[in-house]
Amino acid sequence: MSVSIRRATGSVAKYAVLILVLAAYLLPFVLVLLNSLKTDPEVVASPLAWPSVLRFDNYVSAFEKMRFMSAIGNSFLITLLSVCLISLLSAMCAYFLVRNKSRFSTALYLVMVAAMIIPFQAIMIPLLKVYGAIGMLNSPWSLIFMYIGFGAPFAVFLFHGFIKGISLELEEAATIDGCGRYGVFFKVVLPLLQPVVMTVVILDALWIWNDYLLPSLVLMAKQHRTLPLSTFYFFSTYTVNYGRLLASLIMTVIPVIVLYLFSQRFIIKGITAGAIK
Amino acid sequence: MQYRHGAGRKIGTFMMFAGPATLVFAVVMVLPFLYGILLTFTDWDGKAVQLSFVGLANYATVFGDAAFWSSMLLTLRFAAFTVVLTNVVAFLLAFALSSGLKGSSFFRAGFFTPNLIGGIVLGFVWQFVFSRVLPVLGKLIGSGALSTSWLGDPGRAFWAMVIVTVWQYSGYMMVIYIAGLTSVPPELLEAASIEGAGGWAKLRRIILPLLVPSIIICVFLTIQRSFMVYDLNLALTGGGPYKSTVLVSMNVYQTAFLSQQYGPGQAQAFFLFLIVAAVSIAQVYFGKKREVEL
Repeated sequence: MSVSIRRATGSVAKYAVLILVLAAYLLPFVLVLLNSLKTDPEVVASPLAWPSVLRFDNYVSAFEKMRFMSAIGNSFLITLLSVCLISLLSAMCAYFLVRNKSRFSTALYLVMVAAMIIPFQAIMIPLLKVYGAIGMLNSPWSLIFMYIGFGAPFAVFLFHGFIKGISLELEEAATIDGCGRYGVFFKVVLPLLQPVVMTVVILDALWIWNDYLLPSLVLMAKQHRTLPLSTFYFFSTYTVNYGRLLASLIMTVIPVIVLYLFSQRFIIKGITAGAIK
Repeated sequence: MQYRHGAGRKIGTFMMFAGPATLVFAVVMVLPFLYGILLTFTDWDGKAVQLSFVGLANYATVFGDAAFWSSMLLTLRFAAFTVVLTNVVAFLLAFALSSGLKGSSFFRAGFFTPNLIGGIVLGFVWQFVFSRVLPVLGKLIGSGALSTSWLGDPGRAFWAMVIVTVWQYSGYMMVIYIAGLTSVPPELLEAASIEGAGGWAKLRRIILPLLVPSIIICVFLTIQRSFMVYDLNLALTGGGPYKSTVLVSMNVYQTAFLSQQYGPGQAQAFFLFLIVAAVSIAQVYFGKKREVEL
C-alpha cells in the first residue's frame, strides 16, 4: 500500500517538475506572443503584463511591411524544389555507387563522406567569387543548385547505407520480368527507400527553410528574399516597433509549428534515424 | 541476364544515375573548396581579375591578427561550455522521459520545438527576452544581475549565447539520447536490480557504457555546430557589445565581406576547417575505441 502511494506521489512530482521545465522552455515563445498583441508603449512599460486589449494591428502592418506572402512563397518554392531534387538525385547516385562497385565509385563515395565535415565558411568566399564571376548570383535557381551540391553528400551517405541492405534478388527478378535499368530503380528500388527519403526530406527541409547565411549571400533582390532574410531585414529596419517585430516572429514560426503538430512523430523519427546512421 | 558489361554502357549508366548529383557536388563543394585553398596564397581583393601570388602572407596576417585569435579563443570557450551543458541537460531530459512515463511523447515533442526554428528567429526571440523582459523582471524582484540587459555587458552577453544554444540543442540531443536509452535491454537492468544494484550503480555500470555510441554522436554534433554558429550570433548579439562576442564564423564573414580582405578571410576559414576536421576525426577515432559490444 505505502509503496504504491509513494510511487503515485513520486510520479505526480515527476509530472509537476517536467511540466514546469517544459513551460520554462517554451516561455520565450509565450512572451513574444503576448507582447505581439500589445502597443509599443505597453511592451516597453510592462512586457510581463497581460495585454489590456488584444490588438492584431501589429500583425497587419508586419504582414505588409515584411512582404510576408512573397517571402513565404520564395521559402516554400526553394525548400520544396531543393528537397525533392536532393532526394531524387542522391538516391540515384547512391544506387549507382552501391550496385557498381569499382575503384572509382568507392573513391567518389569516400570524397562525399569526407566533404561532410567541411564547414560552409570554408567554401563561401570562393563560391561567391566563382558564381559571381559567371553571373550566377542573385537568382533563386542558383540557390537551389547550390543546395543540391551541399545536401548531396549527407543524402548519398544515408541512401548508400540503406541500399546496401536491399537484396539483389528483387532487382534480378524485376529484370527477368523485363524491367530496364530505370524501371528497376523507379518501380522496385525507389519505393523501398521510402523511410530514408522521409529522413532526408525532414532534415533538409528544416535546414533549407531556416537557412540564413547562404541565401543572404546569393539573393540580393528584395523580391527574392526568403523568410529568414526578410525577418532579418525587417528587424534592422524597424528597430523600435517592438509589437510589429514580435508579430513578424510569430508569423514566421506559425507555419512550421502547424506542420509540426501534424507530423511530429515522423519528424522525431527522421531526426533519430539521421543521427544514428 | 540482360546486363551487358561494356565500358560505354557503364559510363552511360553512371551519367544517368550518378552524374547529376556528382556534377553539382563537384562544382558547388569540391571545386570552390580547392579554389579556396588556392585563394589563401593570393592577394585577391574581391574585384581584381588578375590574381598574384603572395606566398604565406595571408597566413602571416591571420597569425598576427589579435581579433582573429580572440574570436578563436571565444569560440573554444563557447564550444566547451555548450558541448558539456547541452549534453548534460539533454541526457537528464532523456533519462526523465524514457522511464515508461505516460505522455512522454508530448514532452519530447515540446522540448524539441526550438529546433524547428532557425537561428535568426530564435536570436530575435531571445534578444527580446534578454533586453526587454529580464531587466523589468530584475527590477521587480530587486536582483542586480538581472536589472540591466545581459546583451549590454560583454561577459553576460557571452552567457546569453551559451544559454540560448544549450536551450535549443538540448532538445535535439535529447531525441538521440532517448533512442539510445530505449535500446538498453530491460532484462539487463532487472538482473542488476536482483543482484542488488541501486539506481546510481545501474546508471554508471550499465546505462552509460551502453550509451557510449549516442554520447559520441551527440558530442560530435554539438562540437561541429558550436564551431559554426553564425545566425544566432548575428541575431542575438550581432557580435556586440564592443565586438566582444564575435565568434569565429562571424569573424571570417567580417574579414572577407566587410573589410574586403578576402585572402586573410579565406585563410581563417581554412584554419576553421582544419580544426573542425581534426575534432571530428579525433572524436570518431576515440569513440570507436570506447564502444561497448553487446
